Amino acid sequence: MDEVVRREIILDNYQHPMHKGLVEDSSYIKKNTNNDSCIDNIDMMMKIKDGIIEDIVFDGEACSICTSATSILIRNLIGKTKEEAEIILNNYQNMINEKEYDKDILGELNVYDQVYKQPNRKTCALLPSRAAESILKESDK
Amino acid sequence: MNRDDFPILNGDFIYFDNSATTLKPKCVVDKMVDYYSKYTSNIHRGDYDNAIKTNEEYDRVRDIVKDFIHASDSKEIVFTSGATESLNMVAFGFFKNILKENDEVLLTMAEHASNVLPWQVLEKDGCGKVKYIPLDENHELTVENVKKAITSNTKVISIAHISNVVGDIRDIVEIGKICKEKNIYFVVDAAQSVSHIEVDVVKADVSFLAFSGHKMVGPTGVGVLYGKSELLKEMLPLKYGGGMNQSFEIDGSYLLKEAPIKFEAGTPPIAEVIGLGEAIKFIQRIGVAKIHEHEYSLKKYLLDALADMSNIVVYNKNSKSGIVAFNIKGVFPQDTSIYLNHYHIAIRAGNHCAKVLKEELNIKNTCRVSLYLYNTKEEVDKLIEVLKNSEDIFRVVI
Repeated sequence: MDEVVRREIILDNYQHPMHKGLVEDSSYIKKNTNNDSCIDNIDMMMKIKDGIIEDIVFDGEACSICTSATSILIRNLIGKTKEEAEIILNNYQNMINEKEYDKDILGELNVYDQVYKQPNRKTCALLPSRAAESILKESDK
Repeated sequence: MNRDDFPILNGDFIYFDNSATTLKPKCVVDKMVDYYSKYTSNIHRGDYDNAIKTNEEYDRVRDIVKDFIHASDSKEIVFTSGATESLNMVAFGFFKNILKENDEVLLTMAEHASNVLPWQVLEKDGCGKVKYIPLDENHELTVENVKKAITSNTKVISIAHISNVVGDIRDIVEIGKICKEKNIYFVVDAAQSVSHIEVDVVKADVSFLAFSGHKMVGPTGVGVLYGKSELLKEMLPLKYGGGMNQSFEIDGSYLLKEAPIKFEAGTPPIAEVIGLGEAIKFIQRIGVAKIHEHEYSLKKYLLDALADMSNIVVYNKNSKSGIVAFNIKGVFPQDTSIYLNHYHIAIRAGNHCAKVLKEELNIKNTCRVSLYLYNTKEEVDKLIEVLKNSEDIFRVVI
């Protein structure tokens, strides 16, 4: 991917993140996630109906990588079934952790395929996927 | 100054994270290596030459610390693992046994976690109530506000000598006087001050004082708790074991040794204590007054430059220590610190363990530059230049 395009997508999602702002609605499941090794801290809320992710919102304080990744990941997950979402999360985490993954299902999330070069930022990129994963797990209960 | 004493500074590396931990001079490392390579042994037990040498080296440090903080007796010096452990010992070994439910513990919102959490835990156990002394418009603690916050229920005032984000120097001599008049226990967290300005426990009439070795060019894993003799006598150890007991019998009876030994169960960090002694000697050779003058002049130099930069917000212009808390407008502090790391400049981004300070500053996270004796004007110039060119920050960090 062209470096300029990559940076523009990340920066745009950092400076104007989508789905930012929590809602007062008990039909959402809410989770706080933070990193031990840095200061990223986000709250994520997800609404699941009939096995389909209807909406996700988030808020918090986080760096450019974490905030933008949250914005992009949320867009990728809305409208997906829980099973589809799990596959996306799994492939995204594999990409960040330098394991085998299917880039075709990650869409714009592919902008983070170079994050592994900065090991201390892997946790930033992974934070929203950890949040989404724990909400999906909770929804199984 | 004294840059040649710090081998780590030989290279393209600017270290501005001194409030987190300081760099170590070669003499401190050598002193510890000597213990490990020439005379390793345990303390207070052996009759052989190396054990006697270890005893001498270890015990001598108590006197060095005593003189350094102007305590009246080296028996008032307890070696701990650091300021955190020292403060926990004070809360759970002393105050837990005397605080009643309505006794007030006065802190400030700028305190480090280790001087807030233990008190909050005590409060949950029905021991005391935590209250915060209001800070002034510069987020600093004034003696006037201390006076105003005291009520007839105030039992303890526990504050940092220098706060670790705002960097204001609290007038502990004056506050100590007030505490004495009102019969209030006075606990001082000196982690950020003891290697930067003069600390005199007698002049300030403190009940307890805590600090860490690693923030004063010494090793990690060692620190000090100073306590007035009569209070250490009352204080209970949190750890029991070898070295600290006089006797224990099959019928369940036991007798503990006196302070400070009763607080040092098990084999202590011997090399670290010996290293701490060398660190204090190093600081004394330069003099804390000279260190403070140097770091504060660098802070003023940095502030002058930052004042001309419209993209920078500084949160603690007024404070008289070597700490500068700032943000680049519109940039998350972690991105700023990653950007500076690209130019081999080490700073810290975060809440700096002062998690209630956000209520004061209305912002959770900041970048913190903390200066020390080996920092130079040229290093500050480099920081200023990099911050001035920070319009390309996202090209660097993304």
